[in-house]
Amino acid sequence: MPYARSALLWIEGWLNKFFGHDLNPFYYLGALGFYLFWIVLVSGTYIYAFYKTGIELSYPSVEYITHEQWYLGGIMRSLHRYASDALILVMALHMLREYILGRFRGARWFAWVTGVLLIWPIYAAGINGYWMVWDTLAQYTTVTTVEWFDWLPIFSESLSRSFITQEVLNDRFFTLISFAHVTIPLFILFLLWVHIMRISNPVVNPKKILAIGMLLTLVVLALVKPVLSQGAADMSIEPRNLEIDWFYLFIYPLLGVWSAGQVWAFVIGLSLLLVVLPWLPSRFKQIPVAQVHLADCSGCRLCVADCPYEAVVMRPRSDGMHFQEEAVVVADRCVSCGICTGACPSSNPFRSEDNYVSGIEMPSLQLSSLRAAMMSDMARLEGDARVMVFGCDNAANIDGLRSENVCVLSLPCIAMLPPSFVEYALHERNIDGVFITGCREGDCYHRLGVRWTAKRVLAEREPRLRGRADRTRIRQFWAASADSKELFAEVEAFRSSLRDLAGHHATKNKAEK
Amino acid sequence: MTKPLQYLGQGVFYALFMGVIGYFSTSPVYTHLPPDETLIKLSFSHAGQHMGECRERTPEELAKLPPYQRKVTTICPNRKRSNVVVELEMDGKQLYHVVLKPAGFSSSGNSNIYRRIPVKAGIHTLKARLKDHDGEDFNYVREETVILAPGHIMVIDFKAATGGFIFKNKNTESRLQNKEK
Repeated sequence: MPYARSALLWIEGWLNKFFGHDLNPFYYLGALGFYLFWIVLVSGTYIYAFYKTGIELSYPSVEYITHEQWYLGGIMRSLHRYASDALILVMALHMLREYILGRFRGARWFAWVTGVLLIWPIYAAGINGYWMVWDTLAQYTTVTTVEWFDWLPIFSESLSRSFITQEVLNDRFFTLISFAHVTIPLFILFLLWVHIMRISNPVVNPKKILAIGMLLTLVVLALVKPVLSQGAADMSIEPRNLEIDWFYLFIYPLLGVWSAGQVWAFVIGLSLLLVVLPWLPSRFKQIPVAQVHLADCSGCRLCVADCPYEAVVMRPRSDGMHFQEEAVVVADRCVSCGICTGACPSSNPFRSEDNYVSGIEMPSLQLSSLRAAMMSDMARLEGDARVMVFGCDNAANIDGLRSENVCVLSLPCIAMLPPSFVEYALHERNIDGVFITGCREGDCYHRLGVRWTAKRVLAEREPRLRGRADRTRIRQFWAASADSKELFAEVEAFRSSLRDLAGHHATKNKAEK
Repeated sequence: MTKPLQYLGQGVFYALFMGVIGYFSTSPVYTHLPPDETLIKLSFSHAGQHMGECRERTPEELAKLPPYQRKVTTICPNRKRSNVVVELEMDGKQLYHVVLKPAGFSSSGNSNIYRRIPVKAGIHTLKARLKDHDGEDFNYVREETVILAPGHIMVIDFKAATGGFIFKNKNTESRLQNKEK
């Protein structure tokens, strides 16, 4: 898995160079899936207006759309097919990426499992779509599907008998598949909604430029290689050489090699394996979930606004204090990222008590202990350009940065860092600058941590870093585990700028004197 | 990275994406049936004979039944039906043999079959035999010389009411030639 992770980060690093982190297609795989689904829906609706249902009608109607109306209907048909294929590709990449980056364990099982459940109806709709053309490919896939389903001991009489000759084939079959081709996508839409139910601020639309780029790519493909039928179906002739769409129909050649039972075992086994993946043994261990301390909770809702997993909700006050609401952690949704702690105004380290608690805290990483650890680490710093580095456990490892001039503090997510901690560190005489690092921009392990941190430091989001904090002594740099070299270089560059700054101040003071 | 290089990189990415989608949406071509083969599909649904003796209901017995139950005049105390045994022979060699059990918990339903049997194309003598009782003899037999063109599907159906086996789509070569003419 470390190799897969490195390879993925290497590819994404190159895509960042070409597209920039805000347009990197790999950061929008889920959103691209939604977008492609809309293209499929719109193009499909257009084709459906001209599609005729019946043994003798379906194929000619599709031929009419393809050839007589090539300039719109034909392009729409090709778009419908290619967007469906692209949907499978981005869906597979999305799953693989989340798997490689380990973003499916713990409370994130819900999005993973609902994502796996989406595979079945998406394939059902896609395969069903092939049948509607009623060409030789449709004939082959229909007959092979019913033969495959016949293996299940649920039908008293073989379904395949309904497709044995042209004479027994019934128009009702086409009514059924047309109905299915409308209802299954509706079910997919419902499941997509469920899929993003437990995440806040879900990205369901890719950036406009990326969306245009993707659409243009599909349109060019539709013009260069228009989708064509493979000859009308004839139940007295067995289709031989087939131009298979391997994205959807790979299972059919498998049925030519394996028995129907083996293919069922493979499909069901693979589905079950994917479903149980979040619970399989691994080195992943989640720290205890966030806890609310009502005495310090004012019901300000900042934790609710910042939680990426909808794991904090507001309820009516239960402790008799004069606030209307209190924050409540939904334990089975909490991934222990600590972003809520970073959002809580009571996380302020300027508080005088030694063992102060925040309104919402990570029980195993109390802010008062983090403050104490930070202070003792800072106290040992020597030399010039002394830097406090705040980092993230899921991004570039910052332990190697530790030196006599640099101290480090790694958090479950960089957004667990309350902005007041930055000010507090800068307040110390022993520190010349604060360096903040976390996952690559647009690719936060906990979805929103990098975005919230950047906004807080820019004072664009509560809790804001106060204006009195000297921004010239703060630097943010976002780096994944593959970017350690760049991170080290950036810290050195920052220290150098701090030296320049110190020199500049010294000259200025001299001049003033 | 300079802007032109960035645009070039983006272009390469989109081209790669287009290439992957365009290629795998139709390629590589899958050969489902070798060029010299043809397909026989054996498919029917037939109820084997009852295992025990059946008898006609007496007029008195029928009179006791409600009017809507009087249509069935035969009663079989043992609902169980015989297995249906089917054999196919091609050019004197056994091609397929199967024993079909009756469907249902009481083994009182039809015996069903649907089988794909790929064979070499050409002129063949095909013999189909079926027995649907406990005895040894095959009570339905049909033998015919058939011409099977490559890639065609010959269907072997069975309907006891019309005399037994029905060979559909046989002599496909002549049909093919007629079509070509």
